[in-house]
Amino acid sequence: MNYKVLIIDDEPLARSIVKECLQQHPQLLVMEECTNGFEGVKAIQQHQPDLIFLDIQMPKITGFEMLELIENPPHVIFTTAFDEYAMQAFEANAIDYLLKPFSQQRFDKAISKWMELSKTQTTTSSEHLLKEAAKHPAQNERVVVKTGTKIKIIPVNDIHYLEAADDYVKIVTGEGSFLKKQTMSYFEEVLNASMFVRTHRSYMVNMQQITRIDPYEKENHVAILKSGAKIPVSRAGYPKLKIVLGL
Amino acid sequence: MGLDWFSALTDSLVSNTLLIFVSLLLITILRFYLPRKQGFLNLFVWIILLTGGWFFVNNLVMDFFLKEKTSYQSLMTNTWPLRIAIAFLINGWVSLIGYAYYSWQERTVTEQQKNDAEKLTKEAELYKLRQQLQPHFLFNALNSINALIGSRPAEARNMVQQLSAFLRSTLKKEEQQWVMLEEEVHSLQLYLEIEKVRFGNRLTTHLEMDADALTLQIPALLLQPLVENAIKFGLYDTIGETLISLKASNEKGELLITVENPFDLETASAQKGTGFGLSSVQRRLFLLFGRNDLLQTETKENIFSTTVKVPQPYLPEVIKTLDNK
Repeated sequence: MNYKVLIIDDEPLARSIVKECLQQHPQLLVMEECTNGFEGVKAIQQHQPDLIFLDIQMPKITGFEMLELIENPPHVIFTTAFDEYAMQAFEANAIDYLLKPFSQQRFDKAISKWMELSKTQTTTSSEHLLKEAAKHPAQNERVVVKTGTKIKIIPVNDIHYLEAADDYVKIVTGEGSFLKKQTMSYFEEVLNASMFVRTHRSYMVNMQQITRIDPYEKENHVAILKSGAKIPVSRAGYPKLKIVLGL
Repeated sequence: MGLDWFSALTDSLVSNTLLIFVSLLLITILRFYLPRKQGFLNLFVWIILLTGGWFFVNNLVMDFFLKEKTSYQSLMTNTWPLRIAIAFLINGWVSLIGYAYYSWQERTVTEQQKNDAEKLTKEAELYKLRQQLQPHFLFNALNSINALIGSRPAEARNMVQQLSAFLRSTLKKEEQQWVMLEEEVHSLQLYLEIEKVRFGNRLTTHLEMDADALTLQIPALLLQPLVENAIKFGLYDTIGETLISLKASNEKGELLITVENPFDLETASAQKGTGFGLSSVQRRLFLLFGRNDLLQTETKENIFSTTVKVPQPYLPEVIKTLDNK
């Protein structure tokens, strides 16, 4: 049986060494080589690979961010040189990780590990992996979203507020709003707590955007943003706002 | 009423010797115990006690020598308050001088210790700043070499040599603080060549060095983090080809260096100020010159540029001639 494989790495020589190692595994067919996460997303949709070799530090979006953009990510073997944050993520969750430069033996071991795993389970639970990956420093500086076929990188400073919308979170910026399949608690964990405050079960606000806070009905408040948007502040959210504002 | 020469000599000899003894005692006390704010009262009491003791012992000894001399006894009856006053003043003076001397000495010692400690922390910090960001580069370079060995062994060999030369230049520079720009640029070129192999044709570089700038001095490895930063943002913030340019000029005796890299306007705000490289250079410049205005950054359209001004160390002419020798 043959398997479909993708190599996603921005360095040509790094890709060629993976290809070289793959020569020992003729049942794994390289469908495409991608030089960045954008190409990676497209190629994954097009080929539906069984396994991808993924670098972490790549142009524009990291390997982790790329995975976030894919509905059902394939199995992943990370290939990376040195990434202290990623190490934590790897330990429990990825199929395997190869530290560059790696040997053929080490590579073979990763492949057999994958073979074992793919026999027992059809899909990896990528959820946990992504949660761990959120510890990567890039994750609290920007949010990567997909709008149609385009990928948009939103710097967190540009976010006005976040609003829960069923299985998605609506990210509202000056340029419009974007949906991302994610939970509010994920963002609460990832984003800088002194910058984003969860004022309400369904809302998180960028503190720099608030112009004033008004009382609203009894015991509730409403935060008015620079854009004029009114964000509900619950009874539980108000003390959190006060702490961050130093009141 | 005169005093015979024997009595006068014995008197002055005994009282002065004893006084010297008391003074030495006071100095010894001060040497080991320097009074602080509340201690001056103690010192004052000590001076009074020692003066009293001196007078008592003096009388005992003189009684032993000149018991029968009535002329001496009557002189003593007339002059004892004066003698005590003089002894007190002398002891006071000796204490004052001793105090001044020992506190000055103590201050120089603590000052020296403070300077040493500051120098040590500064060196440790500078060392740490120079050491950052190496492992990622090193492992990726090794990975490229690993790939080249199979397909293009000659290039692999070349890269090993470049990598060794680069590492050697960074190790050697740890000890010497200042180097000529020419030398610094040489190791930067090695570094850039290695990065070019890694990133293939995505990376191009442009170096523009004025001849009169190349002989100016620069703190060793100061430019390294700036170029690393430019590569990081140039190559990781854009998808296409990246041009990194490096310019150096001599501006009225000061060395002016500009590093430029492209960046993406749209995502730039996420990157602003994130360059660890820049803050480490800023810190290093501050430790060396006590100034925060030597590093400037600027963005023009999609080009990010960093400019560093390096004031020259004392007597650059002397250093230059020494280097040329």
